[in-house]
Amino acid sequence: MNKVLLGLFLGAVLGAIDGSTAWFTPAVRSMMVGIIVGSTIKGLIAGVAAGIFARKVNSVPLGILFGLAVGFFLAYLVAYMQHGYYLEIILPGSIVGMIVGYATQKYGAAPATATR
Amino acid sequence: MKFLSDKSIERLRAGADAPDFEGTRYRLLERVARGGMGVVYAAEDTKLERRVALKVLDLPGKNSELAKRLMREARVLARLEHPGIVPVHDVGTLADGRVFYTMTFVEGQRLDKHLAAVDSLPDRLRLFLRICDAMAFAHARGVLHRDLKPANIMVGPFGEVLVMDWGLAKILREGAGQPAADEDAEATVTGSAPQEATPGDTTQISEATGHGTVLGTPGYMSPEQARGDIRNLDTRSDLYSLGALLRSMLVTTRNSRLPRPLEAICAKATAETPALRYESVTQLGQDVSRYLDGLPVTAYRESLLERSGRFYRRYQTAILLIAAYLVMRVLILVFMKR
Repeated sequence: MNKVLLGLFLGAVLGAIDGSTAWFTPAVRSMMVGIIVGSTIKGLIAGVAAGIFARKVNSVPLGILFGLAVGFFLAYLVAYMQHGYYLEIILPGSIVGMIVGYATQKYGAAPATATR
Repeated sequence: MKFLSDKSIERLRAGADAPDFEGTRYRLLERVARGGMGVVYAAEDTKLERRVALKVLDLPGKNSELAKRLMREARVLARLEHPGIVPVHDVGTLADGRVFYTMTFVEGQRLDKHLAAVDSLPDRLRLFLRICDAMAFAHARGVLHRDLKPANIMVGPFGEVLVMDWGLAKILREGAGQPAADEDAEATVTGSAPQEATPGDTTQISEATGHGTVLGTPGYMSPEQARGDIRNLDTRSDLYSLGALLRSMLVTTRNSRLPRPLEAICAKATAETPALRYESVTQLGQDVSRYLDGLPVTAYRESLLERSGRFYRRYQTAILLIAAYLVMRVLILVFMKR
């Protein structure tokens, strides 16, 4: 699977799983669908960004750092819009970003070179 | 009466032995090494303006047995056109009637000397894999080397690995790919390593390698080769040498114990009975590659604990990241409940 597609797929899956952990917080259970959808979109964006980065830069440590930065930034935006739960949103969001950054570097296939 | 000193005699002999390149495109530069049948010189190809290694017979005579062998060597080496095997450029006869052939002049280090600067085990394994590539190719062309050892492998300045000194090579009739066209079941094939033969070198070169003749280097030659069982030698004999070579490449003063899978690979390749060895060099190379990739090797049956350890090492970063996520999630839940 190519790096961007892998990032997209993994970001969406991990984002959805991360969002569904909100079920363990009774106070937000009523907003589960919104949280899962939002978290999935956040994961999708982080995944695509990590995938594009992996196409340009071939380095696992830099991929993990980039994933961390993107995950942190997107999670911060979400927490800012929620006016709360900073730690609960930013920490997992950042780690999900790192996982996606790592996976795109390690397991994403490089684009095939066109030949005549 | 005036006597000549030993040095003077040696100089006179060297002068007399020096080949006469008159009428050829080559210019003598220096003597590089002496082989079983002749001498290897560094020469300049004046047409292409490049340095070549030129191997020339000691004795003149186009139709002598040695000349025929040298020509056959050149033809066999020409057949082994591979980046890991030194290529032949030209064959011919000098004005004095001596037969010669030229090949690429390899500037580099012998493997055993090169390894002194290579500390990493994976790097050593990658070097070994390149030797396997060259040998798998030679076997596919129906040629056995029969004298694989660190001194016969050269590592060039750009990391290129070349299998040298095919002086004891044997052509197998049943070789796949290009079948051996020679009338003899075997031939002596010589490449040149730019090195003088060391006094302790135990390699022999026989003119007619008959059954019962012992050729090779102790410690690297297979038991069947050591017994002189020439007729029954096949690619598994080279496999034995490759296993011994692998062990010598990996065991150093700092690292005397090998990881169990690698020890098992060496043991399988150097099994006393040929039937218990790998079936081909490709299989041996694949097992080494699997070890490098963190996969199980066919030569070693690992325990559950070893399998878990290997799995952890292979996916260490992913496992740590997922563990960090789960731990963090649990911690958040615990703290939120308070």
